Amino acid sequence: MCGTCGCGGDGNHMHLVTPKQSKDLKSDQMPAKGRANDQINGHEHHHHAHHHDHVHDGHHHDHHHDHHGHSHHHDHDHKKKVIEVEQDVLHHNELMAARNRGYFEALQVAALNLVSSPGSGKTAILEHTLNALKEEIAFYVIEGDQQTDNDANRIAATGTSVVQINTGKGCHLESDMIYEAVQQLQIKTGSVLFIENVGNLVCPAMFNLGETDRVVIISTTEGVDKPLKYPDMFLSSQLCLINKTDLLSYLDIDLAELKENALKINPNLSFIEVSATKGTGMEQWFSWLKEKIKQPQTQS
Amino acid sequence: MHELSVAMGIVRIAEAELRNSGAGKIDKIELQIGTLAGIEFEALDFVWPMAVRNTVLEGAERELEIITACGKCLECDHEYEMQKLYDPCPLCRSNLRGIIRGRELRVKALEVT
Repeated sequence: MCGTCGCGGDGNHMHLVTPKQSKDLKSDQMPAKGRANDQINGHEHHHHAHHHDHVHDGHHHDHHHDHHGHSHHHDHDHKKKVIEVEQDVLHHNELMAARNRGYFEALQVAALNLVSSPGSGKTAILEHTLNALKEEIAFYVIEGDQQTDNDANRIAATGTSVVQINTGKGCHLESDMIYEAVQQLQIKTGSVLFIENVGNLVCPAMFNLGETDRVVIISTTEGVDKPLKYPDMFLSSQLCLINKTDLLSYLDIDLAELKENALKINPNLSFIEVSATKGTGMEQWFSWLKEKIKQPQTQS
Repeated sequence: MHELSVAMGIVRIAEAELRNSGAGKIDKIELQIGTLAGIEFEALDFVWPMAVRNTVLEGAERELEIITACGKCLECDHEYEMQKLYDPCPLCRSNLRGIIRGRELRVKALEVT
């Protein structure tokens, strides 16, 4: 929606890329919906004067606190009514996430939400995993990117069914997109669904997709303080894959310090060190995956 | 920059509540947001005019209650104010904690006429 900050909610687009189709598909340019673009060039980015924020330290303020515990609507003078909403802003996303989770649980599907910065190697890890285990495990993939079918085509080349979601200007996947995408995939019982989120360590953290587990991927080139810079994502993940370990001899990074930083945020986080290109450490990741299929316990 | 999604979520809630109430318009919306809810307040300010334009919240006053984050140490039960998601317990330095306040992202109330 917003041409300046590059984010938005509208303009999502998704389609199934089957292995056969993949070579014929061209990348898809999603037109940004006009509303915000129009506004952005206008007068909307000034610092608006028509609302007033107040900070309260838990003290009472008028109208509703005194009326707690009974009916929803309260009549006041001058026909003014206070509606006590008390609703989480992300309620809709949580609701759809719960529907997805129920679907995954019923089918005993391990749904894994892969999150990371752009370029950490999510797609490379997926390709390697699918090629190594596709004879043993039924896989499905949902690819989230702002633009292009490139990643879906890479996945389709492994013979795996994949749905590409182009979020347009959107910077994260939301649970209703997953809800629609899984309907196209017709997932079999006991399989693994990888959801490759948009490369972004900030926004996807807030949006529960109904996944079984969240896997955050960080590469050795990214710096030891990355978890501290993006703590929300590390707090909400269960597993951290540290990729590109084949580059360690060229880099001045202390993986112990990186892990220590991540554990400050989330003491329950597990780590697996891998190199998707060289295959190092991938066996440990495969073992984790196979355990997950046996018992796809969804995080509450 | 998920604040636009968040602002649009707020609009969606306000629209549904206004419709259900049968009232004509929204004069004020009260929000509660925790300091560790993952919301940049400046970013929310920035996207707000765009998100509410041509909606039931256009022109409505926005009142924001900021809830200071508070953690409870799982080792020693000490409750402490948190600035960051990884602030350890100031008494025993443990990182095992429950965040008991500060993750709120709620529409608290609407004032309608």
